[in-house]
Amino acid sequence: MTLIWILAIPFFAGLLAWATARLNDSSPRWISLAASVASLALTLQAWWARAPGARWAAEYNAPWIPEFGISFRLGMDGLSFLLLALTFFLTAIGVFASWTEIQESVGFFHLNLMWISAAIAAVFVALDLFLFFFAWEAMLIPMYFLISIWGYERRVYAAIKFFIFTQFSGLLMLVAILALCFAHAHATGVITFDYLTLLSDPRSNTQSLWITLGFFIAFAVKLPMVPFHTWLPDAHTEAPTAGSIILAGLMLKTGGYGLMRFVVPLFPDASRTLAPLAIALGVAGVIYGAILAFGQTDLKRLIAYTSVSHLGFVLMGVFAFNELALKGAVITMLAHGLSTGALFFVVGALQHRIHSREFGRMGGIWNVTPRLSGAALFFVMASLGLPGLADFVGEFLTLAGTWQATPTAAAVASLGVVGATIYGLKVVQRVLYGPNVNNLAFADFSPREAFIAACFVAASLWIGLYPAPVLSALSTSAEPFSVITSITRSFR
Amino acid sequence: MLRLLWLIPAIPMASAVVLALFGAGLRRRVVSIIGVGSVFASAVIASAVAADFVSSPPEGNAYRQVLWNWIGVGSLRLDAGLYLDALSLLMTLVVTCVGALIHLYSTEYMAHGEGFSRFFAYMNLFVASMLILVLGDNLVFLFLGWEGVGLCSFLLIGFWFTDPANVKAALKAFIVTRVGDTAFMIGLFLLFQRLGSLDIQQVLQNAQAQWPTGSAYAIAAAALLLGGAVGKSAQLPLHTWLPDAMAGPTPTSALIHAATMVTAGVYLIARTHALFVLAPPVMTAVAVIGALGLLMAGFSALTQREIKKVLAWSTVSQIGYMFLALGVGAWIGAMFHFFTHAFFKALLFLAAGHVVETLHENDIFRMGGLRKDLPITYWSFVIGGSALAGLPYITAGSYSKDQIIWRAWASPYGHPLLWAAAVAAVLLTSLYTYRLIFLVFFGSEAKTPEHLPGMAMLLPVIVLCVPSIAAGWLNRPPALGAHRLFDNFLESALPPAPAGAHPVLSEGLSELAAASAFAIGLALAWWLYIRRRAHVEAFASSGPAAALHRLWFSGWGFDSLYDALFVRPVVWIATVNKSDVVDQVYAAVSLGSRALNRALAVTQTGRVRWYAAGIAGGAAVLLGIAIFL
Repeated sequence: MTLIWILAIPFFAGLLAWATARLNDSSPRWISLAASVASLALTLQAWWARAPGARWAAEYNAPWIPEFGISFRLGMDGLSFLLLALTFFLTAIGVFASWTEIQESVGFFHLNLMWISAAIAAVFVALDLFLFFFAWEAMLIPMYFLISIWGYERRVYAAIKFFIFTQFSGLLMLVAILALCFAHAHATGVITFDYLTLLSDPRSNTQSLWITLGFFIAFAVKLPMVPFHTWLPDAHTEAPTAGSIILAGLMLKTGGYGLMRFVVPLFPDASRTLAPLAIALGVAGVIYGAILAFGQTDLKRLIAYTSVSHLGFVLMGVFAFNELALKGAVITMLAHGLSTGALFFVVGALQHRIHSREFGRMGGIWNVTPRLSGAALFFVMASLGLPGLADFVGEFLTLAGTWQATPTAAAVASLGVVGATIYGLKVVQRVLYGPNVNNLAFADFSPREAFIAACFVAASLWIGLYPAPVLSALSTSAEPFSVITSITRSFR
Repeated sequence: MLRLLWLIPAIPMASAVVLALFGAGLRRRVVSIIGVGSVFASAVIASAVAADFVSSPPEGNAYRQVLWNWIGVGSLRLDAGLYLDALSLLMTLVVTCVGALIHLYSTEYMAHGEGFSRFFAYMNLFVASMLILVLGDNLVFLFLGWEGVGLCSFLLIGFWFTDPANVKAALKAFIVTRVGDTAFMIGLFLLFQRLGSLDIQQVLQNAQAQWPTGSAYAIAAAALLLGGAVGKSAQLPLHTWLPDAMAGPTPTSALIHAATMVTAGVYLIARTHALFVLAPPVMTAVAVIGALGLLMAGFSALTQREIKKVLAWSTVSQIGYMFLALGVGAWIGAMFHFFTHAFFKALLFLAAGHVVETLHENDIFRMGGLRKDLPITYWSFVIGGSALAGLPYITAGSYSKDQIIWRAWASPYGHPLLWAAAVAAVLLTSLYTYRLIFLVFFGSEAKTPEHLPGMAMLLPVIVLCVPSIAAGWLNRPPALGAHRLFDNFLESALPPAPAGAHPVLSEGLSELAAASAFAIGLALAWWLYIRRRAHVEAFASSGPAAALHRLWFSGWGFDSLYDALFVRPVVWIATVNKSDVVDQVYAAVSLGSRALNRALAVTQTGRVRWYAAGIAGGAAVLLGIAIFL
């Protein structure tokens, strides 16, 4: 029942925020902030109150459309818990970061923000394929509005591009879900969309490679995997700050989560067939994303491309099929949510002040805003994988695990670390350091902004220095970890 | 007492955090007390720990302290743990003691200008990272310190960040060392996969148990670690960042060159020496890199105009001696040279700081006659320079260098060519060191100091003069009674240098050769730069000598080579592909559909005749298909 609350609170808070926007602009903000904090608290409480040894820390199951075997089934294990906690953490930050940036249609903005949050949360706990698909599609529409209404110069182009890419790939997934369920019905005579039922009946025949590809491409577009990544820079760059934080921090993670929860466990054999291609594309993403990031002169676009590079590690880690790489991939997802979310937050704060994202309009701001610059430097270091901060743990484990499967891939992907250093330091060089040629003068972080930055710093240090709680939470996740071990065994 | 070990890195780390967060609001005096006091406190605790360690050695001559469990996945267990043995103790002592003196010096050197607290925050973090590097008990925790050192070098070299040249130098240092670090990291993956652990002692044990000498895995792993070591220690081919690192404030250079950073690679190889022994080709590579580096850097030092650049190239050269020692298995010899080098190089940089600070001048050709104006600085330079050049029997540098030169011949890994390179480099070192001293302190006075260095800048220099002479006496050669205190101390952590049979040369003869090389270098410097200065300048700026001079001055053209090979191609690709060629494919799809849309829209004319014709034509085509297929 807790899970229902966790999803319902942001859903209704969104409606309430919309309704109260007539009264004043601050009530939607407070309502949304309270709702995200409440959901975060409930998530943590549900995790701490879990029965030891239970497969699900919290679950819920009710029939929805029984004629088609569709139920409203939710479950939260360690993997879901971590991503759920990240979801509400970043949502709260997103609300807080938009406090002064968003001045138009404040109520509708928060309605969209809350609904995205609820939909993403539902993606992370749905255990019914139909429900999952429903939540998957429900993420898109409010995000479309967020980009196209509150975005920057090329917002409509970016919003439509985002929508077409994800919608098209979502269609492939729908076909794949239907094919999977009909195949199951054909074999057993029972039509069901229940994840656990389908899981216990793996049909790894030639036909399932096509079904797998349907899922795989849908998730790969979201992740994003090269060559399906080109929607990302536009969407991330044009979205308002909260939109960018949620896009990079959460929406990309639904792709990684989908690979871990659905593709590998449901189709282990087909995944093995796909693995060399997936690893190769992951490595390609790591390198190609880094090169693209380095070439940019728009700060926000540069950061957007770093996601392509970082999420390449995730793709690689999932298909290395061992515990080390997989846990590394999860930590990379969390860490990327923190470091890239934080960088988008800093860029948003900067753009709010100088009304530009171009390097040419920046430079030498350290003496102007030491606090903002210090925070930016910290997050750049997190993003380039400095040990002691979150990204390092993720990337190190992913690479160490991938090395055991395919040393060549790991060695090439390690060059991404050099790439990250180069583009990260380019940001420091062009934005923070150098002479203040543009005679910039503006206010440093406000207490609100400093608090947000401090939250990011604390979270990154915590995962970087003491990831044990995160790693042990993952150990309780049956999927995909148990499946991975069986795949590894069949390798030998 | 040993239980206080964790405080040694923790105090500077805490101080760095405090200064980074609240330093801007504190008065300079408070910042100085926190910044300098923390490193002094570390040095005091380190000394106490050392006293305890020596008086009552822990079991197995090593003490381990686990702070917390850091990363644990499957069989990968990494602690935030410290490991104290004679080797890490030595490093800790040098880092904290020399570091503390440099910090004290900085309070005066940095007193004017902005960013006082920022500077001390970075310096403290630097020391803390270096301490984690030397004390870490597993390779990944060591790597944490390793990368922290890289970060701090970036922050400090780019400390005066409003000048784009400084920023460039900072970027270069971080990126070039990170190339080496990546090799190091890949080495860790290999070690973990094959040996199932990353705990240093466990790795070495397992390696010895599982890998025969010359096994491919041992060679690959050692080579990858060597990649990390050459990056941090500024050895060929990743040495290019160090000469540019002069962009930072002078105390930073002292810290980078003497106590921290560049010795990290030497430490790493000494720490994992058991692995390197299993890989003879890599040992040879280490020795050759060292020998080439010390010659190459010596020639480059000979041509520099900036006082700090001469010293920078001398560091590359001296680290080359350490690498040579490591490569021939003289682990303790390498650490002994590290030990003496830390004192005299810190001394030289801090004394150079006097010159730079009081003259506001870097170019040694615009200096001269400073002997009388800056007497303490002059004598420090004579002591430090003589130690660097290896003035026999008197200075510390000669004791440590002679050992290495002798081992380059006598070790089974040794070779007469390595020995010859080492002796030739003594001549070079002596020549460029005294060239520097003669140009700066002798001759006619070109510029007078604006003021004299104060107490905080003089005291550390005076203190450092003592070990620059006396540190050598810890290890006396057979001619002086073979009293080997230093060797005995380190032998609990490092094996003694292997003995070979090379009867032609005795240790005494080798020392004589080195001493003669030193004397020739000194005489040559005196003749060239005091007696015939005009001649040498004319010679160096004409014909083939000028070309050679340019080559040496530019550091043998490595920068241009890397620029053409790596930097420009990458920048070119990134710039050309800024708008992502993949996206052009999708753009083409979108354009294509729009063109199609326009083409079809033309047919929507509203004229019934056209529609009827279309229907008729379509029907005909369909009928045709139905009939013919």
